[in-house]
This record gives sequence, C-alpha cells and structure tokens, in this order.
Amino acid sequence: MPDVAVVGFAQTPSVRSTTGTTNGVEMLVPIFHEVLGGLGLSKSDIGFWCSGSSDYLAGRAFSFVSAVDAIGAFPPIMESHVEMDAAWALYEAWVKLLTGEVDTALVYGFGKSSAGQLRRVLAMQLDPYLVTPLWPDSLGLAGIQARLGIESGLWSERAMAEVAVRSRADAAYNANAQLSGEFDVDALLTEPYLADPLRKSDCAPVTDGAATIVLASGDRARELCERPAWITGIEHRVDSPAFGARDLTTSPSTVAAGKAAGADGVTVAELHAPFTHQELLLRQALGLGDEVRINPSGGALCGNPMFASGLVRIGEAARRVHNGEAARVLGHATSGPLLQQNLVCVMEGRD
Amino acid sequence: MQPAAVVGTGQTHHTTKRLDVSMAGLCREAIDRAMADAGVDWPDIDAVVIGKAPDLFEGVMMPELFLADALGATGKPLLRVHTAGSVGGTTGNVAASLVQSGVHQRVLAVAFEKQSESNAMWALSVPTPFTMPVHAGAGGYFAPHVRSYIRRSGAPEHVGAMVAVKDRRNGALNPYAHLRQPDITLESVRASAMLWDPIRYDETCPSSDGACAVVISATPTSGTPAWIHATAMRTEPTTFAGRDQVNPQAGRDAAAALWRQAGITDPLSEVDVAEIYVPFSWFEPMWLENLGFTEAGQGWKLTEAGETEIGGRLPINPSGGVLSSNPIGASGMLRFAEAAMQVMGRAGDHQVDGARVALGHAYGGGSQFFAMWVVGSEQP
Amino acid sequence: MTTPLSAPLNIGFDYTRSLGPTLSHFMTGLRRRQVTGVRGSDGRVHVPPLEYDPVTAEPLTEHVDVASTGVVRSWSWAAEPLDGQPLDRPFAWALIQLDGADTSLLHAVDAPHDQMRTGVRVRARWREERVGAITDIECFEISDGPGAEPVEADEVSMVITPVNLKYTHSASPVESTFLRGLMEGRLLGQRCPKCHKVYMPPRPACPTDGVPTSEEVELPDHGTVTTFCIVNVPFLGQRIKPPYVAAYVLLDGADIPFQHLILECAADEVRMGMRVEAVWKPREEWGPSMQNIDHFRPSGEPDAPFDSYSQHL
Repeated sequence: MPDVAVVGFAQTPSVRSTTGTTNGVEMLVPIFHEVLGGLGLSKSDIGFWCSGSSDYLAGRAFSFVSAVDAIGAFPPIMESHVEMDAAWALYEAWVKLLTGEVDTALVYGFGKSSAGQLRRVLAMQLDPYLVTPLWPDSLGLAGIQARLGIESGLWSERAMAEVAVRSRADAAYNANAQLSGEFDVDALLTEPYLADPLRKSDCAPVTDGAATIVLASGDRARELCERPAWITGIEHRVDSPAFGARDLTTSPSTVAAGKAAGADGVTVAELHAPFTHQELLLRQALGLGDEVRINPSGGALCGNPMFASGLVRIGEAARRVHNGEAARVLGHATSGPLLQQNLVCVMEGRD
Repeated sequence: MQPAAVVGTGQTHHTTKRLDVSMAGLCREAIDRAMADAGVDWPDIDAVVIGKAPDLFEGVMMPELFLADALGATGKPLLRVHTAGSVGGTTGNVAASLVQSGVHQRVLAVAFEKQSESNAMWALSVPTPFTMPVHAGAGGYFAPHVRSYIRRSGAPEHVGAMVAVKDRRNGALNPYAHLRQPDITLESVRASAMLWDPIRYDETCPSSDGACAVVISATPTSGTPAWIHATAMRTEPTTFAGRDQVNPQAGRDAAAALWRQAGITDPLSEVDVAEIYVPFSWFEPMWLENLGFTEAGQGWKLTEAGETEIGGRLPINPSGGVLSSNPIGASGMLRFAEAAMQVMGRAGDHQVDGARVALGHAYGGGSQFFAMWVVGSEQP
Repeated sequence: MTTPLSAPLNIGFDYTRSLGPTLSHFMTGLRRRQVTGVRGSDGRVHVPPLEYDPVTAEPLTEHVDVASTGVVRSWSWAAEPLDGQPLDRPFAWALIQLDGADTSLLHAVDAPHDQMRTGVRVRARWREERVGAITDIECFEISDGPGAEPVEADEVSMVITPVNLKYTHSASPVESTFLRGLMEGRLLGQRCPKCHKVYMPPRPACPTDGVPTSEEVELPDHGTVTTFCIVNVPFLGQRIKPPYVAAYVLLDGADIPFQHLILECAADEVRMGMRVEAVWKPREEWGPSMQNIDHFRPSGEPDAPFDSYSQHL
C-alpha cells in the first residue's frame, strides 16, 4: 500500500457573503490556480478529482455539476463527488491513491452559506418525520448540548468564552480568517445570549468560501513537496441520529475515529468545532492534553465555509508540517447535527 | 490491488409509490436481501457507502445522517456519494475501491430513490432566476440528441421501438421490475403517443421508488461471487463548445480505460451480457457505440439484428433495464447488480446462459458523468 | 465592475412521506393523544421511536405506551423564533424525557425564560385538530399535572411535511453583463482567451480551459437550428400549447448552441440546419432574461449545410 501525503493546500478568504454563484466557480478558479501553480502542476497532471458540496446549501438540485467548469474538465477527468464536507472527498481520494490507480488527486469543497438562512437550512439534516417538522435550528440544538456539558460540570461558560478569545487572537495571524482580534473573557461573558447558553462568540460565523488540497503518493509526493504531510491514519465514523438517546456530552464517533487513526503524540490539532463547547468536547474525545496546540488558524469559529471547513482543518494542520513547525499533526472534520459524523486525519513529516 | 468481488445483491420491488414503507424501510428491503444473498451479518460489514440523486427529491439534506441506524452504519464509516444519475454506479465503484485499496474487507453499498416523497419534475425544474425555462420537460433535454444520433447514423426509426419491446419483455421476466409488459409489441410501441418527437411514450422510463444494495468483499462468502475485473469513472462539463452530445468523449474514455483494465481487447466477443443505462430506448444503440461494442454509427445494426436480446450475441438489459424500473439514484446500482447476478448465475428467469463476463454501466447529468464496471465469474 | 444581479429563489414543496409500520404506530398514537415508544435491544424505551436499533440495526417492533408528561433534561432559549417553529413568541427548545421513556424527545416548551430549568416537569399541549404528526403536540408547558386522556382516531400511514426555504440566487459577473445586455436588446457573448471559443450565454469560466473569459463579443440575433425535438406532451408550467419545437440554436459567430423555441411555422417543417431569426418581445416587457426573445422563426434563408453545424451536436 503506497504512502499518501498532503502536498498542497489553498483556500479562499472566509467572508460573510460573496457576490458569486452557488456553483462555486468564481471561488474555485483562483485557488485551483494557486495550488496547482505552487506545485508546478497543470490540470492534466491530476489523476483523480473529488469534491464535497451540498444542494440544499445552494438551494437547487445538481449544484455541484457546474463546478467542474472551474477545472476545465475537457479532455474528460476521473472524478467523483460526495454530498458531505470535502474532508470526506479527501478520504475517497486517499482510498483511490491507495489502489495505485493514480498517484495524484485534487480535492475541493465549496459552500455559499449566505445564499440561504443557514441555521434553518440545517434543520433539513434532521429526521424528516419526527424532528424537521419542528424546524429546530442549529443554534437551538447546539445550545441544548452546551447546557448538558455545563450542568454536568464538563465545561463552563467561562471555558467556552476562553476558547472564543484564544481562537480570535490566533486568527489575527490568519489572513483568510473572517473574525479575529483581541477580546476579553469577562467582557464576552457580559454579552447577551444568542441561544441561551450560547453567545454569539460561541458560534461560528456564517461563511462563504472554498478550499482545495492536493494529495500525492510515494515518490510523486516527495518530488512535489519538500516536506510532505504523510497521512499515517485517516478514519471516520458516524453516530446514531437519535440524539435524544445518546450522551451528547461526548462523541463516540470521534473517540473511535481518533483511536483508529492514532491521535496520540500530535502536537497540533485543527478541530472542526462550529461551537466553542464542541471544541472542549472534541479535545476530551480525542484525548488531547494541554500540550497540544489547538486551532492555531483560529478554527471554524473564525471562518466556517460549509462543506469546505473540515477540509480546511486538514489543510491548516498539514501546512504546519509543510513549513516545519510541527512533526505530527491532526486535522478533524465534522458533519451533521451535533457532531454526528466525525473524521480524523493524522499526518506527520519525515526528515 | 486487493481482489474484490460482489458476494450478494438485493433490491426492492420497484413501483411508482412504495407507500407501505418509510425511506429507511425501503433501503432495508434491499439491504436485507443483499446481506442474506451474501450470507453475511452486520458484524461482517466494515463500512457503508450510500448513493442517491439530489436531496431535493426526498426533501432531506444528506438523508444518510438520519438513516445511519437503518443502514447499520452507526459506529462505522459511512460515505455518501452524489454524481447525478450515474450515482448508483459510482457508489458501487467507490465501495469496490474501499476493498481494492485494502482499507476494508467487506463493504455494504446501497442506493435508493423514493421519488414519491415529492415530484422529480418539480425538483429538477425549480425556476432559477435569470435562466430561461427550456419549455421542453423531462425528455426534451435528450430528444434533440437522439435526433442528432438518428441523423448521423442513418438508423431506421423502428430501432427505438425495438429496444422498448425487448427491455419491457425482459422486465416481465424480472419479479422486481416496475413495468412488466410481456405482451408489448413493435406495433403497440409505435402506436404510443409521440411525447418528444422522436421519443414515444413507450420508449421512456417510468418514475419509480426503489433501492438496491450490494455486498463487496475481498473473499467469497457464499457461492460463486462476481469478481470485479475493472472499474472506470469519467466526467466532462454539461456543455462546451464543440461537445459531442451523442457520443461523449467521457463515455468513450471511461470505456477504453475499463476494457484495458479488464484485459478485454474485443468487447463484443469477450463480454457475455451488458446492463446499460438506457432511460430512453435510443440510448441503447448510442451507448453500444460509445462503449466501443461497435464502430460509431453501427450500434443500431446490432439492435436491429436482434443481437441484443437474451440469446443474442450480446444480450443488453436482461433485467428490463431503466426502461422497466427507474428509481433514479438506485438505477445505476441496479445495472451494476444485475451484471453481478448474471455472472453469479443468480438472475433467475432473466439469466443469460453461460454468462461469465458482464458489464454494468451508468451515466448521469447531461450525458456527462460515467461509471462502469466489469465483473466476471473467474477471479482475475 | 457593477454588482452582479441577484434575485429571490424560493423552494416550496409539501413532501408526502409514507411512514411504514413503526412510524405509523407513533403518528397514529399522536392523533389519539397517546405517545408510544419502542423498546430497543438494550431494553430502553425510545421516545421518539426508532425504526431500527442503533446497536443491532434490527427493526424495532415492540411498542410501549408512555405518558405525555415528563422532565426537561436540557434546553436552550429561542429568543427570536424562525419560520415554521412551533411558537411565534420566545420559547425553549428542550430534550424531554417522558414518563415511561428512557430517551428524550426534542420539542418546544412554552414558558417564560426565567422559569426554564433542567429538571422541570412538563406536559404536552395537544392541538385541537390532530393529523398524525409530531406537530400534533403544539408544544409542552410547565406543569406537574397529569397528561390529557387519549381519544379515538383513525390510523395514519402518511405525513405531509411542507418545506419552504428562501434563498438569494446570484448571477455570475459575466452572466450579469449578459443579462444587462439583454435589457438593451443586445446579445453579449464572451470569448475564451485560451481556446478562443465564443460562449453564449457566457460562463464564469471556460468549461474546457478553466479560465475566466475576458473578451466581450456581440452576436447577431440569427443563426442555425442544430437539432431539436417536437414537444407533444403537456406538463406543469407549460406556456405554449403543444405541439411546438424546442431547438438548439447556434447563433452566427457563437461556438455553442442554446435551447429556445421555434414558432411561426408548423412543427413538422422544422429541420436540422434551418436558418432562424429572433422575434423579440415588445421592449416594455424586457427584463434580465433570454425570455426577451419570445421565440425564433424561420428566416427564409437556405438551410445551412450539415458540415457547418455537425460539430455542435
């Protein structure tokens, strides 16, 4: 089985709203140019293409179809698409590389959340018979989960505010971040609730954006990248949708994916936590101690392009291997309501 | 690559409205049959891959999330594929790659569409601002390309009707088929209403609820498996300047890669049976050419000579094909599953005698997404 | 550059959901003011019911009646309710464990913010008109009183779920330029800088080269029918009485055809290669749409030779 590595990563700035179309072409053209140009590749060098996006985010069927215009997909390409965060497209591409059929793959994800009312659109992910007809919004559900942790002593509103403050401070060094700056925990705690017990600072912003990663295997990876981020473990699991029947203060799928992927020993972790309490929950589920640097990019709390945000976490983690900052890193992606589905990608540099 | 084989297949009874089941129940009907056919139980399944066409059809965003328990996926890896109408085929190919890569030993692949939750015509024609409605309806997209094919190939007009007769009669042999019309004739097809000239009513696919599942394994579990000899996927844009809409390059490239991988140099001689995605009858000769079974412009001659009937040189769609059942997201997987059933010798009354190598084919979008596999009774 | 055009895009459909045995039992119960769960493989009573067990994946069939009263296990505050939510005034979302159940149901609680707390007892407030849906419970209210008595009602096998979502659809910058051109009666295509093909309508990126197009090309309003179909079938939203022709029209100077209507001649007179010209609507009806061209009609010129358009089929 060949070794596979992340060799390139590019993303658009995270912004509240773009004027572009929901098929992502305007966002994708420049980042394809950036990631391929940076590696000295052209589209014909890519063996497999795989993307993640959502029709309901765009508000129309087959919204992903026109996105291939951004590639210039003629002559025809070997291509696939998942209706999931593009982190899972990366997983599909990783599998393709393992078969040995190709030695390079380009993965991309895009989402224009501003086209609709995101917190209401996400109610469409719930059980269509028993839950969606009540139109519970994503903030209302996350608030229930946050309170469970607060009242069982697993985290506090202060600990949550500390996550927000740290994330925004780190995001000051991330040119693509949507939110950043110096904030004060006590000041945040005086702000009004958005969905008691969640404040605005506990919630990821609504973001338009896109991201892309290039994977390569074996010698091809070494040829393309001075310090490839070799994938040593990538695993994903899903939990039961019956969120009233499981312990919402932990995430069995994250625990299992983390164990299987070998999360031990990472020094940097990019966690896809759209809410502050979910970062605390994920750290516990992955067994990440205080010595692990969490979300140096600022994380999803400072920019959360739906269907690309998980891929961004893997890219941001890989970047710290590429530039020599870290030896062993973790990228995490989540999908579905209340952290229902989780993916863990562990990568390392080899000197 | 690790070897991979289809060890079990299952499908629902397909019909316009499956009002007796929920979406979960529909999927499980296919899954339970596939697992029983394979002789496996839930602990034997390492991962689940699910495919379906647009979420707007059922009005659920990423329905695999709420279906996780029903799919037996809870606690396991679950992937959701969406590549338009080709998705059922792509789902099979992705599941195959999970085994071929060595990542898993046994994977469940399932595809479904419950069109009766809404109305596919509605979901596909929600008016998009600034975009002129085509005024043509469902078949109106493909009918002009069929006309181009007829013009280019000089095919006589009864060839389309011949395909409809053959597929519907085959469907009558398939207990799961939506349309079962043993008494259909060339005359009755030609007498049916001309909907989108040159496409008649009897030459179009029905709208079905249904699901299909296959179990793919690195090792046989029960009886003769269908070994996966090759898989291929190709994509091109819906439209571009100079695009060949009749014989798209993406389909030709996918077929060429498929035959190469399968070690097939003369598909017409070496393939025993083919399940090809034919939602409008004329696509049989069009895809025969696109797949390289014949030269361009010659596909219709194979059909006209009766060589694509069961018992002919290359039986096409012994299951009855998309013309007999069309649960959109599952239609591609039904083609893939029927190919497997044929080489496993489990195709019942629609079994092609001595089938050892079979093609499963799916396409989607504006004839732009292609997914195919070749399965055989011998381990490659 | 001027701002790209945008317009509302609304998706509305009443989904018809068949329920199957497990959900039918639950929905029928709601119509009768009776909440029913199912017993899972671990012995727990699940409310809401699960069709398949999260542990064994087996179908669950043992129905267990529970009370319509229970305890709040956690909650959040919905200060500004959204469209479709159970109440149009501030309320709490809550996970409610009904008496007799081992798991929690999500619903709304109608209570003042300062009275909401975990552990508070609540009971279902039933709708007067019940149809067999989760919304038959209007919401829960704080009370330690008993639940309402069940009544008789017919069985339920389907539930109708209206979905209404509002989006803003944006045109790309080049499409916006094209649409603004249409409002002046002009057809503005774009040429790809790499392959030099002219796209009409223009695209954000050349689909074969993946690069933005940059050169505007004004095209005439006449061209050639490449291929077509005769529409004989009536369908939802149709504005012309069949039969009529939907054709691909290749404008002179363009490298890609688009679909439009051919009228002002009998449907069976339309041919591949027929030369056609645009018939514009009255100027006062123009908007940012190709519908400014009402249809195309035969121009009377001799047919174009097959070779002149055979590469566009």
